Amino acid sequence: MAALADKAPRISRRRLSLRTREAIAFYLCITPWLLGFLFFYLGPMVASFGFSLTRWDLLTPPEFIGLDNYVRMFTRDPLFWKSLQITTIYTFSYVTLDLILALVLALLLNQRIRGIGVFRTVYYLPSVLAGVAYVVMWMWMFNPQAGLINTLLGYVGIQGPRWLQSPQWALPALIIMGLWSVGRSMVIYLAGLQDIPTVLYEAAKIDGASRWQEFWKITLPLLTPAVLFNLIFGIIMTFQSFTNVYVATNGGPLNSTLFYVVYLYRKAFEHLSMGYASAMAWILLLIVLACTLIIFRTSGRWVFYRGELE
Amino acid sequence: MAAMISSMRTGQRVRKALIFLLLCLGAVVFMLPLFWAISSSFKPDYQVLEFPPRWIPDPFRWQNYPEALTYIPFGRYTLNTLVIALLAITGNILSCTLVAYGFARLRAPGKSFFFVLMLSTMMLVDPVRIIPMYIEFNALGWIDTIKPLVVPAFFGSPFYIFLLRQFFLSIPRELEDAALIDGANRLQILWRIILPLARPAIAAIAIFNFQGVWNDFLPPLIFLHDHSKFTISLGLNFFRSSYDVHWGYLMAASLVAMLPMVIVFFLAQKQFIEGISFSGMKG
Repeated sequence: MAALADKAPRISRRRLSLRTREAIAFYLCITPWLLGFLFFYLGPMVASFGFSLTRWDLLTPPEFIGLDNYVRMFTRDPLFWKSLQITTIYTFSYVTLDLILALVLALLLNQRIRGIGVFRTVYYLPSVLAGVAYVVMWMWMFNPQAGLINTLLGYVGIQGPRWLQSPQWALPALIIMGLWSVGRSMVIYLAGLQDIPTVLYEAAKIDGASRWQEFWKITLPLLTPAVLFNLIFGIIMTFQSFTNVYVATNGGPLNSTLFYVVYLYRKAFEHLSMGYASAMAWILLLIVLACTLIIFRTSGRWVFYRGELE
Repeated sequence: MAAMISSMRTGQRVRKALIFLLLCLGAVVFMLPLFWAISSSFKPDYQVLEFPPRWIPDPFRWQNYPEALTYIPFGRYTLNTLVIALLAITGNILSCTLVAYGFARLRAPGKSFFFVLMLSTMMLVDPVRIIPMYIEFNALGWIDTIKPLVVPAFFGSPFYIFLLRQFFLSIPRELEDAALIDGANRLQILWRIILPLARPAIAAIAIFNFQGVWNDFLPPLIFLHDHSKFTISLGLNFFRSSYDVHWGYLMAASLVAMLPMVIVFFLAQKQFIEGISFSGMKG
């Protein structure tokens, strides 16, 4: 009882009200993040824009050149457009295939079959093994003479292409390499599938719906939030692809896999054009933000949230 | 009626059998790259590029492993990576729990603004931050040390803060209210009550963070120059680009590099299941 009386607001200036103390506590709590936000997010972003208006090689002082970097990027740099094109094609193809494949797998794995847990583990495991080791393994898979892929093709009498060493096949090779991580999207779908109440299917069965109708009218609509999630994160992550490309092909052969961030890295740390690279970084940011915004805005038309029904 | 039900049941059984077969086939195809890598990792140099290839290496060269792992100082690189991982995980746990507690339990003007701000930073692509960060760290003299890879963790990460905040929200307030009435201050509450309860969520974050650090490539590539400071990713990449390395060695090294991830994955499965059922956090 005494403790409660202690909390009553006092007129004396020595004690702040409970609410004020709580607010102070809140701001103290988030101080680490707030500082981090200033030093590692806001600060760098503003600085990055500043750098994009200069020519700077880190060794000599930066030289202000206004929007020159941007002008050069859009009008006199064919590699900029090429890298944008390659990255866009890759992102579009990869995300589409990944979304579909993951859905198919999730549907197959959502059955009550013996050992389903083992299967789920098997299909999810590769997506855990990211990084350089994953890429190096796949580089060996795609080896033209003795890699797994061409060996398997050889068994059926097909002479496999040179994959990562061929300008036409390098990009498809990277897509295949990436699709081995389909488990990441698959588990999101699985979680979504398990959230769908079985009552709906029972009701549908009573009404005589076919499996196909069950899929189109119940499963897919209720999965649209998961599709949206996978789509947005897929695009954001895939557009920034670096490690896979840098290790597997470093943009080659003949710049056929010159992804945007690989080109950016080259400009910044090999050509030491920090200003130009910063401009590229800002354009990337704007593109990704624009895509995300557009998808969000149009999502209202095709995403169906269960909450709206109730 | 009975006939119809029984034929429905057989239909179901056939369907399930087909799916099982399909999954089996798919699983084999999916695991082929791993089998292939394992098989190659035991092959001697001259056999690796053979066609048609043998699936079971004839001279079974287990020596590939110790040889590959000492060709480059793999032990050193593993140690480096572990140190970075440990420091980063510690930093993240310390900072993210504090910040998440603030967002979960404390009321203040402007709180939702900052929360949305924090979430939206997840959409800020890395390249736009990493060049200025390089310049920042360069000015501080931190390039070629592990500081750029570790220090930011002590300032929290939006994704982990979000996870923890959701978890904290699911902890009943009565526990804290009781402690408050007993005169405990917020910090004591966080330390004595919330954290022990949040162990599953913290374990999950530790695992995600470990994965992230282990597989990280671009930041170490930019911030670490001295070969003795390399992480496993950098070491493996350097190994790959070395002149006379053969694929048997590379596969051995790659498989060893992936092993901790596999182990963590199998351990994590249990943690996740425990964590989710314990907190009832399905929504």
